[in-house]
Amino acid sequence: MQKKFKIEVDCANCAAKMEEAAKKVPGVSDVAISFMSQKMIVEAEESDFDQIMPKILRACKKIEPDCEIYL
Amino acid sequence: MTRQQKKTLFRIISAAALTIIFLFLPLHGLWEPVLFLIPYLIIGYDVLGKAFLGVLNREIFDENFLMSAATIGAMALGSYGEGVEVMLFYQIGELFQSYAVGKSRRSITALMDIRPDYANIERNGSLVQVDPETVSAGDVILVQPGEKVPLDGIVIQGSSTLNTSPLTGESLPREIAPGEEIISGCVNITGLLKIRVTKPFEESTVSKILDLVENSSLKKAKAEHFITKFAHYYTPAVCGAALILAVVPPLLVGEWSTWIQRALTFLVISCPCALVISIPLTFFGGIGGASRVGILIKGGNYLEALSHTKTAVFDKTGTLTKGLFSVSQVFPAPGFSRETLLEKAALAESYSSHPISHGLKEAAGSPENTGRVSQVKEIPGSGVTAFVDGCLVAAGNAALMRALSVDYSEIHGFGTVVYVAFDGVFAGGILISDQIKETSQNAIKALKAQGVKTVMLTGDIDAAARAVGERLGMDRIFSQLLPADKVACLEQLLKEKPKGSTLAFVGDGINDAPVLSRADIGIAMGAMGSDAAIEAADIVLMDDDPEKIPLAMKISRKCLRIVRENIVLALGVKSVCLILGALGIAGMQAAIFADVGVMILAVLNAARMLRISH
Repeated sequence: MQKKFKIEVDCANCAAKMEEAAKKVPGVSDVAISFMSQKMIVEAEESDFDQIMPKILRACKKIEPDCEIYL
Repeated sequence: MTRQQKKTLFRIISAAALTIIFLFLPLHGLWEPVLFLIPYLIIGYDVLGKAFLGVLNREIFDENFLMSAATIGAMALGSYGEGVEVMLFYQIGELFQSYAVGKSRRSITALMDIRPDYANIERNGSLVQVDPETVSAGDVILVQPGEKVPLDGIVIQGSSTLNTSPLTGESLPREIAPGEEIISGCVNITGLLKIRVTKPFEESTVSKILDLVENSSLKKAKAEHFITKFAHYYTPAVCGAALILAVVPPLLVGEWSTWIQRALTFLVISCPCALVISIPLTFFGGIGGASRVGILIKGGNYLEALSHTKTAVFDKTGTLTKGLFSVSQVFPAPGFSRETLLEKAALAESYSSHPISHGLKEAAGSPENTGRVSQVKEIPGSGVTAFVDGCLVAAGNAALMRALSVDYSEIHGFGTVVYVAFDGVFAGGILISDQIKETSQNAIKALKAQGVKTVMLTGDIDAAARAVGERLGMDRIFSQLLPADKVACLEQLLKEKPKGSTLAFVGDGINDAPVLSRADIGIAMGAMGSDAAIEAADIVLMDDDPEKIPLAMKISRKCLRIVRENIVLALGVKSVCLILGALGIAGMQAAIFADVGVMILAVLNAARMLRISH
């Protein structure tokens, strides 16, 4: 299933890189980040979200320490 | 400004102040590098940090890396002031860009802001404002004049006029009365309305539209993918060129420090930021601007495809025509009056649910039928017979007249003719036809002016199809198609379209879902409140105005034009600066200005997309 999260990131390039990084997190089938609407859509098994999201957050923070994902 | 931007501004001011002071101090020996390191770190710590992280993550070639390499290089060569300045300019540019982008982003989001803030609900006799998300189906809400309708529902009390422009971009007000469906996002203008909510907020029209528009920026256009790919090759290529510039000429002619400095300038110029930021912004602006006029585009890719459209295929009924059958002409036979003909025919048909009977009833002024009609017999494919006021009325097609051996005279016209006989004597004919929408003519004309070929597909008989198609000036007309034939016909048209162009199909989304999805771009119209149409199409017109199609194409072309302008501008200025930098004509400060200036111009150019006029 898909879940939408509000994010905060202030450079378009970083958003693109965060998307790449988040896609590589195990258990994630797809991620799309819209820099413009400051949204992130994650596709994964419903039961996995609780353990996947902190990993995505960590992966994104590694790229852009100033970013925020509102879980 | 956000907190982050304020912090950056503070860092810029303090680092700039320190740098100016140090530049005027007579510094000697170790003091110079040590003191300049203070403003350098204040202004550049995050860039250095990110560059370092990038190296750790094996993502080395990004703008942070370029800036760090350039400034560290400058410092190592002994131009401490310059190193700090470059970082300073870079941060000023970044701040300016993030401010400008943030501002346009917010103004686009504001354009699309149809989200209601509250719903009025009656609790214990008093009116309370609650979050629309907490209201459930079955609840009764009140909408006062001037308020947004927060949820979809059915009006149970009160009548009013609605402004649908937040959804459709159309300023024509719409009347609403008890028993009618009401859609969230409209604004109530005149009267107080009591509404029974039929859907929770997440399923309401407003939520669906917001979702669609928000998700649209996730479907990226080819131009956006191009930039990502481009940056992937471009940055390493420039870094390589810089390395060659730093090593090869000095090996031949010496002067190491001059060439290294030029190589560093090269790196600064090369940032692809202007492209990376302005192109998604342009698409987002185009989609946002279009949604303001009631055109919902599901992704940048569709906006891009629309700009290449050279063939527009239209469904007839409900798309180019109103889909409502009304009496267009009455031909009473000698000795019969127009009124009796219409009234009796309408009464005879009064039990039928066929759209034609609605047209008849409307034209006859909906006569009261209690006790006047008896022994109604429906003859499938032919018509009806019934006793009306004791007279045997037969109403139907020519076949019915022949079957009843009525001596009728043939009537020619565009549409469906209902022949009527009273007690076996021909009483006249009634021509019923669908009406062309007022804006269809202009829409087709505008499309042709844009060089788009127009085609009409319909299940209707040939004469009716030609009547509409020829009046509108369609290039090609295909009639008498079954739903499956429509797909086959579209496949054929797809094969015939000019190379590199796209084909758009416009329908009302009711029974043409397969065609909508088969076309390069499926456009559904009259989608207000229709979930199926919103699902099936790539572009959704909230109202049913065909003139929105040429408008959508105009928007798409403007958007692509701005994208191309920005690509040419950015790459053009950059390549000139790269050459000047390599020759030593442009210094590092000029390089920064070239980079930031181009980016700001590109962002401002992208912001033009927000202005969309009808």
